[in-house]
Formats: sequence, structure tokens, C-alpha cells
Amino acid sequence: MEVNTRVRALEYLIAHKAVPGVLETVPTYRALLVYYDPSIVGYDVLCGQLAALAEQATTTAMPPAREVEVPCCYDGELGADLEAAARRLAMPVDELVRLHAGAEYLVYFIGFTPGLPYMTGAPERLTIPRHDTPRVKVPAGSVAIGGIQCCIYPVESPGGFWLLGRTPLRLYDPDAPEPILLKPGDRVRFRPIERREFDDITARVEARVFRPVIR
Amino acid sequence: MIHVLDPGPQTTVQDAGRGGHMRYGIPPSGPVDRRSFVLANRLVGNPDGAAALEFTLLGPRLRAEAPCSVAVTGADAPLTLNDAPTPAWTTLTLAAGDVVKVGAARSGVRGYIAVAGGIDVPPALGSRATYLRGRMGGLHGRALARDDRLPLGAPPTLRRRTVPPAARPQWGGEPVLHVVLGPQADRFTAEGIAAFLGSTYDVLPQSDRMGARLRGAPIAHARGHDIISDGIALGSVQVPGDGQPIVLLMDRQSTGGYTKIATVCSFDIARVGQAKPGQRLRFTAVDVASAHRLLRDSDAAFASVELQEIA
Repeated sequence: MEVNTRVRALEYLIAHKAVPGVLETVPTYRALLVYYDPSIVGYDVLCGQLAALAEQATTTAMPPAREVEVPCCYDGELGADLEAAARRLAMPVDELVRLHAGAEYLVYFIGFTPGLPYMTGAPERLTIPRHDTPRVKVPAGSVAIGGIQCCIYPVESPGGFWLLGRTPLRLYDPDAPEPILLKPGDRVRFRPIERREFDDITARVEARVFRPVIR
Repeated sequence: MIHVLDPGPQTTVQDAGRGGHMRYGIPPSGPVDRRSFVLANRLVGNPDGAAALEFTLLGPRLRAEAPCSVAVTGADAPLTLNDAPTPAWTTLTLAAGDVVKVGAARSGVRGYIAVAGGIDVPPALGSRATYLRGRMGGLHGRALARDDRLPLGAPPTLRRRTVPPAARPQWGGEPVLHVVLGPQADRFTAEGIAAFLGSTYDVLPQSDRMGARLRGAPIAHARGHDIISDGIALGSVQVPGDGQPIVLLMDRQSTGGYTKIATVCSFDIARVGQAKPGQRLRFTAVDVASAHRLLRDSDAAFASVELQEIA
């Protein structure tokens, strides 16, 4: 977590100081990919500038994180592995839901597919090995855990995590002016919802009248 | 308006691409062979980054619904205007009802069709480039389909010009691609790196705008093929457990957990994307300073290309 905080702080400083020649950056767990234009800045000069900025890259260098509330319907129909995960973790389903929804998650980075957040924050008791054989198709909106991580699948894709439930929010909406919901550094909480509310929010998201709770 | 009579297997709208969104998992997209794309635009008087069409292996059949000028560049493919052969790399003036057809590529994979005024589809995140997997940009986020109609922007002043033959790229043979080793070259054995730099790799038909999949001498890992996920650059050469390299291109995933042995230099990306399935590639390693020198030379050579006026 500490390394990732420094990665995101460095990314923030690069953007904030508008380092000449830098085109864009991609943070991950413990690395920052920096795209630059070598006709504007040389490799050695840029490395020197980035190393100096890395010295200042701490939490205090960053603006406060956003808090995003993600409604999630934990149910066996929308989260195909909910019961199997509870059995594997040797706890009742409602205990698993209580622990998962009770935690606060940090978005380390976005990657793999558009808008997919890599998060941690679940209590240790929810650590679970990934599936040996990944599913070929995980439905969009699936909220899932694997290892110590939690993720939400923005689009239908393959995936090896355990599916606990589904959010009606769209983490990636290619036709929206702001297609991506979650950003690196966001704090995420899951709000358990019943199937009725899931269907209701789904309809409002579809009609583009639902506003997610972001603080 | 352009009427799509036959789209070809995969024809998409592409412009210069959408930069700045990879931190959200959205790749830049844009043309795989940027210079051919730019030349097509210049031939019809468009700005370099105007939205044009990129076809794949087999071109489309298009009908002009109003007079317009077009140009076809990139892959070497037969081109006809109302069934009569007509030159590529040259401004063509079409009357309403004229039909342009691009056949199967003899060499190269991707061709570009620019139309004066540019393809006027709505931009997504500031770009008209199609990102197929993300269903973003272009025409409804997808490849062209039969009977699509492509709106055009206001055409610039017509000048009929051609790209001098010496400035037209050749796509055959066995391209040697310049790479900078890393960022995980240390995760491979000396034999693995020797295989990568010393043998040829065939382009596989599964290659697409996300990446070129290659097959050849397996590249042996020293300590496993998984890393903690990090960012994937344009041209990153990923080597999964089977030891077969994948060169990541315009629609690549932004991050990944496989070791990357090297990065193909940007000036050689078009040669990766223009290598046909079955064609062989080789890799040669250069350091960062040499790569930048070669890039400057390559940019200077392209900047010196002057279109010739024709009658």
C-alpha cells in the first residue's frame, strides 16, 4: 500500500507540475509508466526530474481522496460464487456480506479493461485463492474477490475472481461524456441492496438519470 | 456522404487517437501505420489527424453520394474506380455515384482511405478513433457494416497530388525491428534473450489491433512468467508462459501481469502492423540513445516527403 501511495503521489506531482514532454502516465501497484516525447525531453534529463519528484511523493502531496458509494446486490443469482465463497471461507453468507460491505476499499489503479478498479481493503478473513480455471464470461457489474483483492468487472470479460454480487452502476459507459466511474486513489464502500433496488437503479442508470453518491 | 456497399472484414474509422486515458484503462487506438494514414489525409487536403478509414487485409467497396476526393494508402492492394484500375497514393476525384473498390492486400495488412473533409462521426473523449473492444468512438463503436452511411466534414480546396514512388513504404520481406530490451529482460535466461534476438518469428493470423501474436523459438523465462501487473507501452513485447512473444499495439490493454522482454521502437510499429500472417520478423536490440537517434532520422526522412502535383 505504501509503495502504491508513492506511485500515485508521483503521478499527481508530474501532472501538477506539468513536467515538459510528459504525455501521459499509467499507475499500477508498484510502478508508474510515463509516456514522453523524446523530441521535447531527453531520457536522462527526464529520469533526473522524475527521481527528484519521487523524493517528494508522499500522501501529503496529494489532494484528498474521493469517496464513492457502490450499491451491490449480494445474492446467489447475481453473484454466482456467493455461497461457494462462504463455504470456502467457512462462514455464513450473511457474515461474508457483512464483512465485505463493512470494509473500505482503496482503488490502487485502473487496468486490464476500461474502468476496472484493482482494490484492497477487505478484512483478512476474506482472503481467498483465485479460481484455478478462470470463467470465460463474467457479467458486467460483477463484484468479486480473489487473493486479498476486490474488483468490479466493468464489461463482460473473462475473470478468475469469486463473484459475490453485482452493482447496477456502470463503471464504463463508452457513450457517456465521462465514461469512467472510479479513478485511481478513490475510496470505495459497498452498500448492500435488495434485488428490487438493484432493478430500480438499473432502470435509472439505463435512463441516465441515476447519480452515484460521490463525496 | 459515403455509402458502404461492402465493408470488408474489418474497416474502422480512425483518427490520431485519444491520448491521456490509459490511466483509466482506455487505450489510444488510432492508425497502426500512422505515416500512411497521414499521407492519405494530406492527399485530400485534410489535417494530418483527420478521421479516415483503416481497412484490414481486404478493402471495402464505397460509393460517393456526392462529389468528393479520396486517397488510398498503406497496404499494397488493387484499387478500382468504377471497375477500372486506378492508382493508390494519389488524389482521386469522385463524381456522385462513383464506386471505389479496394481489393485484397498483396503486401501489408492495413490500408487507409481518406476522404476530403474527414469522416464526421461524433468524437468520444475528444477522438473519432474506433476502440472495438470498448465499443467506443468511430461509427457506433464498431467496424463498418454494409449500408452504413458515413457523414463527411466540409471539404478543403481540391489539389490533385501523388506520393512520389520512392516515398511509398514497402511491406514485404523479413523486417528487422529495433527494440530496447526491458523492462523485465532480467526475467529471461541468456538463451531466451539469444533466441529472441537471434531467430525469426512468424506473424500469426490471430493478430489484431490489440497486438501482433508471433510464433518461433520459445523464449525461456529465468524465474516464472508472472509479474506484479504494470503498465504496457506501445510496442511492449509480452512473453507469457508459452514463450511466444506478443507485440502490443494501438488497442492494447493498459496494464498486464506477463513479463515484457523488450519494447519495439515507435518508428517500427507500422512494420509490425503491416506484416502479414505468415510473414517473418526479426528483432535487433539498440540502446535508448540509439533508438532516439534513429527516431529523429526516421522523422526527418518523413518530414522531407513532398507530395507532387499532378494534372
